[in-house]
Amino acid sequence: MTEPQAAPHRSTHAHPNYILIWVFLAVLTALELTVAFLPWSKTAIILILVGMAFYKAALVGLYYMHLRFEPNRLRILAIAPLPLFAVLVCAVITEFIW
Amino acid sequence: MAHAAAIHTEDVMLPPPAREAGAGVYTEKLGMWIFLGSEVMFFTALIGTYVILRFAHPSSWKNPGEVLNIPVTAVNTFLLICSSVTMVKAFAAVQDGLLRQLRLWLVATCIIGASFVGVQVYEYTHLIEKGFVPSEGLYGSTFYTMTGFHGFHVTMGVICMIYVTLKAFRGKYTQADHRGVEVIGLYWHFVDLVWIILFTIVYLI
Repeated sequence: MTEPQAAPHRSTHAHPNYILIWVFLAVLTALELTVAFLPWSKTAIILILVGMAFYKAALVGLYYMHLRFEPNRLRILAIAPLPLFAVLVCAVITEFIW
Repeated sequence: MAHAAAIHTEDVMLPPPAREAGAGVYTEKLGMWIFLGSEVMFFTALIGTYVILRFAHPSSWKNPGEVLNIPVTAVNTFLLICSSVTMVKAFAAVQDGLLRQLRLWLVATCIIGASFVGVQVYEYTHLIEKGFVPSEGLYGSTFYTMTGFHGFHVTMGVICMIYVTLKAFRGKYTQADHRGVEVIGLYWHFVDLVWIILFTIVYLI
């Protein structure tokens, strides 16, 4: 006999400041648009833009998707494919470097 | 014979195995996270392929803004960020038992999400009019593949969001049980997260 499934428990943490995170995301997007057209070296621009994009993605994942408040098992499930992505890119891209 | 009967009785009388705790989350949410894990693999494969192709054939790509309309896409990016905050506010509202606010935030998310799709259709129409089509070499094919798949995900998200919103209007979600709102929210934020990466690598770099 299966037990009836428990309804989601009430969160034990206070709501993060969602509006502040939204402001961060909007400001970072505006900064990205500025940086993309600065007369800097292409490599520097790419590194800054990718860093900002990952920071924004982390904000969404941690606070809007609540990964910051979830059990570690769930976080691992979410980020497990990322090392595989890094291996794929690094392994294949070497063909064009050497 | 008596021994066999004893074993059989013993088997029947065994207590049920202890209930496994799983990942500590309810089934629908775990299912959505597993689905999102497969989506991460899907999009990272697309993005990885894009990075490799771009690295291998840099001359096939144009500079930012030469072909793609960055101001329009920037507005679209802002729309998707806004839809994420309305979605999470809907979730916070139902957690606090504010059902009227839940419905309002969900309606806002539907409208903003549909607007994103509308702006993307507008962008595609103008690009195709300018002659930038999927058969336009590596640049065109990778651009339409990545943004097209993302647009498809947003469209599916809007359809599911409308369904959840209708259920909210019928009073199906309560402070005690609002699984549908949380699960669609996870999907919606994931779609936003993917766009944040795509906007940078496809439009700005």
